[in-house]
Amino acid sequence: MGSREMTYAEAIREGLREEMRKNEEIILLGEDIKINVWTVTRDLYKEFGDRVINTPLSESGFCGAAVGAALTGMRPVVEVMYPDFTMYAADSIANQAAKYRYMCGGGPFKVPVVFRIAGGGSSNGAGCHHGQSLEATFLHFPGLKVVFPSTPYDAKGLIKTAIRDDNPVLFYEHKLLYGIKGPVPDEEYTLPIGKAEVKREGSDVTIVSYAWTLHKTLRAAEQLAKEGIEAEVIDLRSLRPLDKDCILNSLKKTAKLVTAEEGTKMGGVGAEIAAVVAEEGLHLLDAPVKRLAMAEMIIPSSRYGDQLFIPQESDIVAAVKELF
Amino acid sequence: MAAIPQETLLKVYRNMVRLRFLDDKINEMIAGGIGITQHSTRGQEATPVAACAALEPKDYVMPYHRGWGWAIGKGMDPKILLAELIGKKTGCCAGKGGVHIADWNLRIMGRPGVQAAHVPIAAGVGLSVKFRKTRDVVLCFFGDGASNEGNVHEGMNLASVWKAPVVFICENNLYALFTPNIETTSVRDIADRAKGHGMPGVIVDGNDALAVYETVREAVQRARSGEGPTFIESKTYRMHGHTAMDRFHLGGYRPKEEVEEWERKDPLIRLRTRLLETKAAAEADLQEIEARAKEEIEAAEKFAKESPYPTKEELSRDTYAE
Repeated sequence: MGSREMTYAEAIREGLREEMRKNEEIILLGEDIKINVWTVTRDLYKEFGDRVINTPLSESGFCGAAVGAALTGMRPVVEVMYPDFTMYAADSIANQAAKYRYMCGGGPFKVPVVFRIAGGGSSNGAGCHHGQSLEATFLHFPGLKVVFPSTPYDAKGLIKTAIRDDNPVLFYEHKLLYGIKGPVPDEEYTLPIGKAEVKREGSDVTIVSYAWTLHKTLRAAEQLAKEGIEAEVIDLRSLRPLDKDCILNSLKKTAKLVTAEEGTKMGGVGAEIAAVVAEEGLHLLDAPVKRLAMAEMIIPSSRYGDQLFIPQESDIVAAVKELF
Repeated sequence: MAAIPQETLLKVYRNMVRLRFLDDKINEMIAGGIGITQHSTRGQEATPVAACAALEPKDYVMPYHRGWGWAIGKGMDPKILLAELIGKKTGCCAGKGGVHIADWNLRIMGRPGVQAAHVPIAAGVGLSVKFRKTRDVVLCFFGDGASNEGNVHEGMNLASVWKAPVVFICENNLYALFTPNIETTSVRDIADRAKGHGMPGVIVDGNDALAVYETVREAVQRARSGEGPTFIESKTYRMHGHTAMDRFHLGGYRPKEEVEEWERKDPLIRLRTRLLETKAAAEADLQEIEARAKEEIEAAEKFAKESPYPTKEELSRDTYAE
């Protein structure tokens, strides 16, 4: 099976295009999605016409409207330009989309909506109103699924699955990954939501990460290998549901756990993983869990300053070495 | 009035009577120790009932918290409604929704517990109707309190931009909880705000069922023919308070004279009188309707009380669609 190199943004666009060609129920909504600052949906309107809808600056409104359209036979894919703006839409996402089916008694009430959110992005000076990593915030709401791919391959496979899912899915994309390239098969494929991937095998320590930090983690693992420590690196890909088995299986081998993410530490993704391991795999550990995350502070809107407070490759290397 | 078929007039009256008895029944059940969150419809029956009478069965309703008029008006059996209100398995949401009433077959699309959350959702249902070319109309109810929520404005703007087939009905009963809207709302006529969203704003006497019916019918026709949304402000009054707790205007936040003045405008009595005066119905016909409604609501109470609760396993389903 052949493959091509394409960027993360192109891979998502290809996934959207393939699904839209197959299913007329799919519509795109969001601010400026015809030309699109992120380029992901750029020019899709030329093929799909009024199925690509530029919305007003109205996050609560258009995320709510997507819920209404999803309830009644459409499959909207919504772009929220920054995670910070999901706070405006928090009711539409967390109170409405997540709970609608249950509150209505199930049955034919379904909310097949995808919220694409250009996530992450600290380290480019975006700061605390454009660069927060808020994916952990939405882990607190049963009824939602949350995914966050790190490669073009995963991004394409997961966006297609997210669109076909009958539940609301928060599909986080990483702003700093849009331009990275990777192989994407020529043939059609999908990836399941809820499955992590072991990106690098190792027997000394398990490092769990996702999205942009995953790439830092892989580089850190290469650095550690030079120093004689073989790290197993897990890319979560889905945050809800969380692939506990993948993590616990790895710990059977390594007995040491480090988590690395861009969001804040308290109540973060690493906190959840540490809690799961404490409940279900404490006996597997021979060292305390290390969590690397954004410092407990407001991220400065500074290209120099923000890098000081989110985990870097060197921080991951240092944290792992403390365990030995 | 001649334009409204007798069958419709009697249906509206029948539903208003059923609603009034249902309201009384819920209050009686609360007094008897059964926990129900009751936002009484008393005094406001005309608007939701007459508005729903102007719809086709396939049209959608996005309801709000005040009362049960849209449910009865859209055809819900009171026993199914009452069962849901007390958490029974036989309720319209299988005991999971409680006051958040929904019914797929009746196209009652869910009543959110967060004020105005459903207004953009209604715009989205309207958008979906346009894509699916089904020519359905969406009736979206909310109160004067919610009219100050950003979501109302975002939803109205979206519906207007999309020329979505939505009719917004704001029931202005002058109070949000215990606060008169003169303290909170920038305009006395909320319909004035429609202009800001590029749609007609119409005021109707919300205690006049026939006026409501005519006004909504016109807006529904406009929506169905692709001309876009309309905003209707229904001037009305809740005879009881916000919930059972202030049923007798706790704290005296409403002047006694004001309550009495509105009691004289009771929409049920007004419609009854009019039906008799215009000879649209005879006294015996109306008494027959009233007697049957009373029996029906008594039976509904029995059904609801005797119905089983869902099991814990049943209640744990449906967080996700499989």
